Amino acid sequence: MFSKDRWKEILEVMSSNLLRTIATAFGVFWGISILIILLSAGKGLENGIRQDFGDIATNTMFMWTRATTKAHEGLPKGRRFNFKIEDVQSINDNVPNLRFISPRNQLGGFNGGNNVVKGLNAGAYNVYGDYPEIINQDPMTITSGRFLNHNDINEKRKIAIIGQGVKSELYDKEEEVLGTYIKIQGVNFLVVGTYKKKSNDGDGEEGQKEIFVPFTSFSQAFNMGNNVGWMAITAHDGTSITSVKEKIVNIVKQNRKVHPDDTRAVGYFDLYEQFNRVESLFGALTFIAYFVGVLVLLSGIIGVSNIMLIVVKERTKEIGIRRALGESPRSIKLQIIMESIFLTIISGMTGIIFGALFIYGVNALLDSVGPVDMFLNPSVSLGVVLSALLILIISGLLAGFIPANSAIKVKPIEALRAE
Amino acid sequence: MIEIKNLHKSYKMGSNSLHVLKGIDFSVEEGELVAIMGSSGSGKSTLLNILGMLDELDEGSYDLDGVPIKNLNETKAANYRNKFLGFVFQSFNLINYKNAMENVALPLYYQKMVRKERQEKALKYLDQVGLKEWATHLPSELSGGQKQRVAIARAMVGEPKVLLADEPTGALDSKTSYEVMDLIQKINDKGNTILIVTHESDIADMCKRIVHLKDGVILEDKKVEQVRASEYV
Repeated sequence: MFSKDRWKEILEVMSSNLLRTIATAFGVFWGISILIILLSAGKGLENGIRQDFGDIATNTMFMWTRATTKAHEGLPKGRRFNFKIEDVQSINDNVPNLRFISPRNQLGGFNGGNNVVKGLNAGAYNVYGDYPEIINQDPMTITSGRFLNHNDINEKRKIAIIGQGVKSELYDKEEEVLGTYIKIQGVNFLVVGTYKKKSNDGDGEEGQKEIFVPFTSFSQAFNMGNNVGWMAITAHDGTSITSVKEKIVNIVKQNRKVHPDDTRAVGYFDLYEQFNRVESLFGALTFIAYFVGVLVLLSGIIGVSNIMLIVVKERTKEIGIRRALGESPRSIKLQIIMESIFLTIISGMTGIIFGALFIYGVNALLDSVGPVDMFLNPSVSLGVVLSALLILIISGLLAGFIPANSAIKVKPIEALRAE
Repeated sequence: MIEIKNLHKSYKMGSNSLHVLKGIDFSVEEGELVAIMGSSGSGKSTLLNILGMLDELDEGSYDLDGVPIKNLNETKAANYRNKFLGFVFQSFNLINYKNAMENVALPLYYQKMVRKERQEKALKYLDQVGLKEWATHLPSELSGGQKQRVAIARAMVGEPKVLLADEPTGALDSKTSYEVMDLIQKINDKGNTILIVTHESDIADMCKRIVHLKDGVILEDKKVEQVRASEYV
């Protein structure tokens, strides 16, 4: 298919009226630039929001207890109850494909009084009794020492991992943290580690002011018995937590003698569902970007088609000569369509390059001014570029089609007469 | 070579139709040099267009070298034109953004000849019309006579059975006209069949046979003593 002469001719025709060619190309250039920039902006927003979700395992639900609203098996309504540690095993046995089940007990919370003392300093912090797996569900960076492990759980060690916020409030600046003791509601815990959480927005500060201790020692120290206040449950990839949450809730309801129809007794939050909602927002954004971009591109394409019609009109005599010399209609058609595709692709590629440079500039700007809320690393993937290219080829084909047909509709004799 | 029987052609002009050719019987042998003369509106250009397969006949038959020319679609007509015919026009009709050699090579391109061969052959024909040194010049850099010679080279490069020239000297002064006619005569001397449409009698006298057309019929068809154009050059 490649023919040097054909390409030479395309270049000759394009360059014979350079200004007009450039003006025409600008329409396509602009359309594809807009498409690329819109798509990358959407991607930037998506990246930003995804970062706010952080490394949190999104396929996760959280579950807690509330008062029952229905009497069941002789128990009254309005009864307060707790999950028990046996429920963890029972969920694990009955629901397949669960990755982590982390039971948790908690001290402190909103508006709580001071509950932690270190020397002369005191503060109010959330204190969690946790299993080691929680670090996968609620990610944090250990900045010194270590996190909980299963020996801590088994041996009920009274140790604590404290947040950066706790450290800065209870300790002097240069003071060694590891190996010191803090008093949580009168019970001494050895600090073995410090952590830092990725700060996201307003919750950031609160997130740094938490203290993690082993679940078992927490239960013992604060008389929780077998009670569990809260659970974080993560399913394996491929099984959405949304699809199994009913089953999990039903198991604990049955275990805790809660009426099966009591919808208010067990509270839960399905992170995955929320996440999916945001995901569908991203889908909508991408759709809008394509929609707007392709429409802008379309006006460029119509411009190309228009100019090609004019070019054909201008070259009517030339086409007549060629046909008199024996060029087949098919060859003439092919020539016009190739010119159109060539023009579209060249201007489109320029548009893609311009869009990419623009994104590069925005990224450089973002780097220099620091992170912006909800916007991060706008970019387009190779797939997007390829599909843009495909759109270009198809549109070039469409743009050339009408002019090509009009070129061969003129009879050679009439074309020769044209001046 | 050319065999035309009872040729009719009319053009529709709105509601009334114009009967241009009214039953033409005409044949040309190989190696002839025929002038078709007539005043404007006599139908001579229409006849040439039909001979050149640029236009279709309404009635009658047309055989070219034993091949009946009828019911041609555009692709087939283009193919026949390319293989059988060479065209020379009054206004040269060179493609203005291609240089002389590329213009000459164009019919060969449509024959799908490879580039190198094409260029060699085009140069050979340019040499024959005496314009080898002008091969890389654009038509705008050539004089009228040179342009017509390039056009003749282009018409001959495909080695056609018949060369059709429509007022080949119409846009040239008499001196260059004779130069062009000299060239045409030399091509004819090599045995090529040539048809020239003209309304200039001195040009017609340089052919071997003159056909007079008037109002769509052949008025006169006579062999003449050829005047050599070289005498005037």
